[in-house]
Amino acid sequence: MTTPAGTWNWLTDPAHWAGEDGIAHRLLEHVVLTAVCLAVACLIALPVALVLGHLGRGGALAVNISNVGRAVPTFAVLVLLLLTPVGRWGEGPTVVALVLFALPPLLTNAYVGVREVDRDTVRAARGTGMSGRQVLLQVELPLALPMILTGVRTAAVQLVATATIAALAGGGGLGRIITAGFNLASTPQVVAGAVLVAALALLVEGVFAAAERLGPPWTRGGAR
Amino acid sequence: MPPDDCLARNEWICGAYLSTRRRILLDATLQHVRITVLAVLIGLLLAVPLALLARRLRPAAGPVLAGTTILYTIPSLAMFSLLLPLYGLSESLVVAGLALYSLTLLVRNILTGLRGVPEETRQAALGLGYGPLRLLLTVELPLALPAAMAGLRVATVSAVSLVTLGAVVGHGGLGNLIYAGMNTYFKAQVLTASVLCVVIAVAADLILLAVQRLITPWTRTERA
Repeated sequence: MTTPAGTWNWLTDPAHWAGEDGIAHRLLEHVVLTAVCLAVACLIALPVALVLGHLGRGGALAVNISNVGRAVPTFAVLVLLLLTPVGRWGEGPTVVALVLFALPPLLTNAYVGVREVDRDTVRAARGTGMSGRQVLLQVELPLALPMILTGVRTAAVQLVATATIAALAGGGGLGRIITAGFNLASTPQVVAGAVLVAALALLVEGVFAAAERLGPPWTRGGAR
Repeated sequence: MPPDDCLARNEWICGAYLSTRRRILLDATLQHVRITVLAVLIGLLLAVPLALLARRLRPAAGPVLAGTTILYTIPSLAMFSLLLPLYGLSESLVVAGLALYSLTLLVRNILTGLRGVPEETRQAALGLGYGPLRLLLTVELPLALPAAMAGLRVATVSAVSLVTLGAVVGHGGLGNLIYAGMNTYFKAQVLTASVLCVVIAVAADLILLAVQRLITPWTRTERA
């Protein structure tokens, strides 16, 4: 049987959708893991980046974190965490590794977004007597929103893709279908797992693109 | 009775590990570098004609860019899985997967560089009687170099980090040591291999930066 046909049969077999190891459960695990990591990473990165951008400090830091983050393999971080005391908290190492992975695009985009707000607009806001806090929340934040959302979108898509790594360390998610396929030497199952992850990543990209289109006009058109 | 050294105590930093496993570490590092270099070179060889095609034939630009975006959304673990039917469990599988990733980053950057060539510059060269090939080789490509080199650096650093995931098919360079170290709880091996990954990435980035300065001397004099 050819691989595409085998993959299709694997995916459409109802037995593969049910149960603890089934597609439905793994898909839910994957979505929950991604959403939790994205939320935690946003809570950490966005306030820091907004304040730094508002103050105009730490620009080199924001850019360098992004470069260093790319050089450190997420898989290595995950395994290192597994061997530390953090490794005993179940999904802890996976969440920490993925949050660290998601921080750079969020930090960089939010920082650059705030910095790129037209300086004349900021000065005008100051001139009308707005406090620093009001300038940040009522002028800079709304104007930087397209860039911030681009960062969130990048982070979300990369998280969906990278969350597959959790399976290498025994965690849940769609990666488990792939690793189990490798262990069973079942190419259709491996390819089916890959198709599912890629489809989910494209779906998330699509949802963000649609949300940007449906959202208020000034949130559109954020260039990376 | 086993000797009481840092290996027996399973410490993170262990000189005895370095001296007894020198051969293994060297082999893994060489494999890591070999996979990275091959993947990025193949990616570059494919990216240049694609970017040129997208630049020359306007209708080709959309599909080329859309194709590369979709490629980049496919998770690395899934990418290896999707290529499994073509290459089997081999080093070529990892090289091919990473070449496709490098390709996506490189096409975008080269195209950005080519589009950034000022129209007046092109017109001036045409006015001097330059043919299309001479225009491309002596005017457009050199001016696109800074953007292309930036893409090459990002692609290389990302590839160094993604090679580790090749461990899932047994060809991951230093990733093999991390994977094996995870299963045997071998702290010194995981930390040493992870640090070596980062060292390779930083070294590769610095080498490419030096090359960039050498081949684009005009960007230096401008800044000075």
